[in-house]
Amino acid sequence: MTNSHPIRLTVNGTSYSRTVEPRLLLSDFLRHELGLTGTHVGCEHGVCGACTILFDGQPTRSCLTLAVQANGHALTTVEGLAASQKELHPLQQAFWEAHGLQCGFCTPGILMTLVPFLQETPNPTEEQIREAISGNLCRCTGYQHIVDAVKLAAEKMK
Amino acid sequence: MKPAPFAYSAPESLEAALALKAQHGDDAKFLAGGQSLIPAMNFRLVQAALLIDLNGLTGLAGITVTNGELHLGALARQRALERAPAVARSAPLLAEALPLVAHPQIRNRGTLGGSLAHADPAAELPVVALALDAKFKAASTRGERWITASDFFKGLFTTDLAADEMLTEISLPALPARTGACFMEFARRRGDYAIMGLAALVTLDEKGLCQSARLVFLNAGDGPLDAPQAAALLTGQSLTADSIAAAAHAVDSEINPTGNVHASPEYQRHLARVLTKRALAKAFERAQAA
Repeated sequence: MTNSHPIRLTVNGTSYSRTVEPRLLLSDFLRHELGLTGTHVGCEHGVCGACTILFDGQPTRSCLTLAVQANGHALTTVEGLAASQKELHPLQQAFWEAHGLQCGFCTPGILMTLVPFLQETPNPTEEQIREAISGNLCRCTGYQHIVDAVKLAAEKMK
Repeated sequence: MKPAPFAYSAPESLEAALALKAQHGDDAKFLAGGQSLIPAMNFRLVQAALLIDLNGLTGLAGITVTNGELHLGALARQRALERAPAVARSAPLLAEALPLVAHPQIRNRGTLGGSLAHADPAAELPVVALALDAKFKAASTRGERWITASDFFKGLFTTDLAADEMLTEISLPALPARTGACFMEFARRRGDYAIMGLAALVTLDEKGLCQSARLVFLNAGDGPLDAPQAAALLTGQSLTADSIAAAAHAVDSEINPTGNVHASPEYQRHLARVLTKRALAKAFERAQAA
């Protein structure tokens, strides 16, 4: 059994082919192999949520997935949110306007958690918002401005 | 915080996966959702020579109902089960417990079979499986066998599965008539490991008295912990605040919580009493409506 595996995957609409060692985490693959450093690495055991990406459209911890497991799948990272370099996604714009971040370390994971949440729940209550981000730790904001930003984003995205 | 090196194989058939496991035994680990295995490997609490990735075996993710029995593929994702109308209809206890399992991001990958085979005493799904008398199908190159829930869980992170066996299916029998179920837990934050929790089942007779009850706890022993003596106190009784309180009090002598950084054993025992009362009252209410 060879210990490097060829993989083919799509990230933010671009196809990539690489050869990876099985133990390479998907989070490290995105950052080190593809240079997509918007996906942050916090705890590496699934608690902090900073590395959350969309795996076939579903929010997933990239630190709890092996790169080799992404073979044949489509991923979206925070770099894939905005339509162009010149504008922000409405969710990002709302975080900017409502001060939904301070240091910004947790922000990519929170955004990637919230994109499908707002698609499924276009008019979220505060309780639903707080539950949706319960798997993402933020050490700066105390969450209040994040909740405000999600409410604002829901308005913008209607 | 990175896993030690291992070999990796993603077989395309159940037979190929079982052949690999038969060949490598305990040196190989099955990788299902990976939401417990990969953190344990990142911490190097677990090292495996070979990971056998089951995620390509999509035939093992089925959700079907046959003659009232719910048949769930071991690879069914927790999030898929949470959203499946068949689960809400046939196993409301499971549907109630699933949203309490970690966070949505974890449940998107995490599987039913993975959580059961992991047998973490703090986990919700083993408690549900034991309370519902689930049956577990184990497959190996030697054939298949069914294991009852009471035989399946053998203690801390230990099950009856042999080194060459894979859990492939879980079957949940239909609840008897006039049965109500309730899952309740207490955690510091939504999605955290619960400090205490339980599944309560109440079946009423035609007069509305308790015909049988079941109480199964998480974090109260080295696996999902049944409290049959406390539950038996309710048999033949009408479910009143007094009889429920007596059962909740009796739970104390059957559970064995060991405490952790967030809670002393005394606090866990307090929670067990409070939650037992609330869960029994809710299960009773649901049994009356059933």
